[in-house]
Amino acid sequence: MISELEMGKAESELELGLGLSLGGGTAAKIGKPGGGGAWGERGRLLTAKDFPSVGSKRAADSASHAGASPPRSSSQVVGWPPIGSHRMNSLAAKSAREEEEAGKKKVKDDEPKDVNKKVQVGFIKVNMDGVAIGRKVDLNAHSSYENLAQTLEDMFFRGNPGTIGLTGQFTKPLRLLDGSSEFVLTYEDKEGDWMLVGDVPWRMFITSVKRLRVMKTSEANGLAARHQESNERQRK
Amino acid sequence: MDLRLPSKVLEHILSFVDSNEDRNSVSLVCKSWFETERRTRKRVIVRNCYAVTPAAVARRFPEMKSLTLKGKPHFADYNLVPDGWGGYVWPWIEAMAAKCPSLEELRLKRMVVTDECLEKIAASFKDFKVLVLTSCEGFSTDGLAAIAVACRNLRELELRECIVEDIGGDWLSYFPETLTSLVSLDFSCLDSEVKLSDLERLLSRSPNLKSLKLNRAVSLDALGSLLRLAPQLVELGTGSFSDKLDQEAVAKLSQAFSELKELKSLSGLWDVLPEYIPLLYSVCPGLTSLNLSYATVQMSDLVELITRCSNLQKLWVMDLIEDKGLEVVASSCKELRELRVFPSGAGLDETNVAMTEQGLVYVSEACPNLESVLYFCVQFTNTAMVTIARNRPNLKCFRLCVMEPFAPDHKTQKPLDEGFKAIVERCKDLQRLSVSGLLTDKAFEYIGTHGKKLRMLSIAFAGDSDLMLHHLLSGCESLNKLEIRDCPFGDTALLENAAKLKTMRSLWMSSCCVSFGACKLLSQKMPKLNVEVIDEHPLETRPDSSPVERIYIYRTLAGPRLDMPEFVWTIHKNPEIGVSHLAIK
Repeated sequence: MISELEMGKAESELELGLGLSLGGGTAAKIGKPGGGGAWGERGRLLTAKDFPSVGSKRAADSASHAGASPPRSSSQVVGWPPIGSHRMNSLAAKSAREEEEAGKKKVKDDEPKDVNKKVQVGFIKVNMDGVAIGRKVDLNAHSSYENLAQTLEDMFFRGNPGTIGLTGQFTKPLRLLDGSSEFVLTYEDKEGDWMLVGDVPWRMFITSVKRLRVMKTSEANGLAARHQESNERQRK
Repeated sequence: MDLRLPSKVLEHILSFVDSNEDRNSVSLVCKSWFETERRTRKRVIVRNCYAVTPAAVARRFPEMKSLTLKGKPHFADYNLVPDGWGGYVWPWIEAMAAKCPSLEELRLKRMVVTDECLEKIAASFKDFKVLVLTSCEGFSTDGLAAIAVACRNLRELELRECIVEDIGGDWLSYFPETLTSLVSLDFSCLDSEVKLSDLERLLSRSPNLKSLKLNRAVSLDALGSLLRLAPQLVELGTGSFSDKLDQEAVAKLSQAFSELKELKSLSGLWDVLPEYIPLLYSVCPGLTSLNLSYATVQMSDLVELITRCSNLQKLWVMDLIEDKGLEVVASSCKELRELRVFPSGAGLDETNVAMTEQGLVYVSEACPNLESVLYFCVQFTNTAMVTIARNRPNLKCFRLCVMEPFAPDHKTQKPLDEGFKAIVERCKDLQRLSVSGLLTDKAFEYIGTHGKKLRMLSIAFAGDSDLMLHHLLSGCESLNKLEIRDCPFGDTALLENAAKLKTMRSLWMSSCCVSFGACKLLSQKMPKLNVEVIDEHPLETRPDSSPVERIYIYRTLAGPRLDMPEFVWTIHKNPEIGVSHLAIK
């Protein structure tokens, strides 16, 4: 009975990304995620379109929004954060106005500036294929790729053997950096290019990384050659 | 020897008993006390409109003057309850119109109110005085016109965060020239512009007006003339605060504000421009309540206002205030009782990260009367929560929303279990708690062990297993409302603690792992509960093992409700056909 429940749970957890977006009738007062747009403005090795997050796709399909333009939200979850609809609409209208203004200004590398946004050095977003909810990680709190990979493994796979993590899979020690697991760790650098993590010295990495993505190895086709190369190198 | 008090004497005594809690106790003493109490109760509060039938309430309290009703569960505020679920006020208005025509006050929260309802109110209750609608929907401005035109002695008309079909601003002009009794008017949630001249005339003939909350469409320029007509205001909600005014207009507006000698509460301030902040300085020292949660100004401007508000008891603000600003709140607002900090961006990437857990720590240190907190923050730490708990054991309401689901303590990467443990351990009078961030079952063991006075608990994205629910249901003695979303637990704890559900008002669970079979079983075991399965995408056939999308369980004397939509299932419905056999009858 327990294992059946766990299995059922595993399925529904895997679908957390889907279910959360589908559930709740007037689901999409939260509206469409900025998912597709946020990932890339210019040509690079790989784009988010090559690695569609299951969560964001479903959200985009099922979302129909009322009235106000949707807020850009990294987590495409109904009713989260728990803000009433009046307030949510107000925020949406505000960010739409700001985007409009930002669009008129010179386009920078980063996302259109939210005038209230303070960039906190060190925290960057991490998304994982198949998981709707993104996380943030403080690069300053890490000293090496090993360190970082461990944190990410803990984050997405919970670290405690036998527990269900964000992805709904039973944890198994994951080696994100050595190519032995079904996921690889990639990052987008300041130029908008997507690279495999581990290629450059750590210090160089932290100054150029903009965001991270835990990608299915099978999808990381274009990076395969690099991947083999980095295997031969010493990890820093 | 007849030892009973003559009922006239008892009536007189009871006229001094105001609190409904006390009156409920009185009604349990004996039959005659029950009778006397029910015939003299003026204010009736029904916190779940489906817990009891309108007819029963009307029958029991024939002298009712004021009725308060709540409909949808709290999570409806966050779009977790599908449209059409229920919460219709019509049957109540029908019943009251028939049995309690001297009803004067109606206060509704999260209910569906149609124009017909408003028209019926206007037509049925000759001395209707107070209509307060909070988070309601289903009506248009036409319905408001009906109320305005017919209620000759209207005192309060308040629309708080309602979803209204806004056909135009004409409704305001329907207040007759003979209406001079207005004390409170709140139309802040409406979009359309009302005619300024109508509003001015209304204010001119409302000497008792104490509370006025304008909508965004009322310009800054207009505000000046309105304030001059109502200098006696105690509560003011401004309109939009961002028009460009010339120097003369600014001076006039400043003068108007300085005439508001009685002002205690200020809100609105949508999109306020920094250059207009000084206009508010004159009212600051008198303010006990300040709502800046729509004021999109930076910390330095917010601080200018707040340093002048030494008597503030309630502050609502966005995270634009940052830790530095909260430090100023801590040093300036020693009387602070309630603090709410809302996110300034709709998503994680937009939230202000210059506001951290430290801001709340500052306030908890310096404000001895702080008892209610709602705090949206990107991340938090256990140490901060322990400090806050140590500083403020008098907390009654602690709602922490760590915006990133599953976020651990950002310094130690550990779950936030220890932090919440400190909160429930130290704050012995804690009645309301919302938890967030990375939490294991341990957190809920602590809450179950220590949260003895906890009445309302909200949980999202937390826990590991059934144990979580089990700890809560078996430990929290005073638990009244429990709402849970996206937590990985299922049937066992629910079925084991079924009896507990009768002592609670309601339990809401969505996106958890409760099976259809468990819902059926629970329904069978507990006939005094309504167990509603709310599934918008049900499977063709529902195997017992299939998980349900949402479950809403509440105790009721009224039995299954007759107004269930298709997507709500209870055991009374034939699962194959999906139609309630009661409805057929």
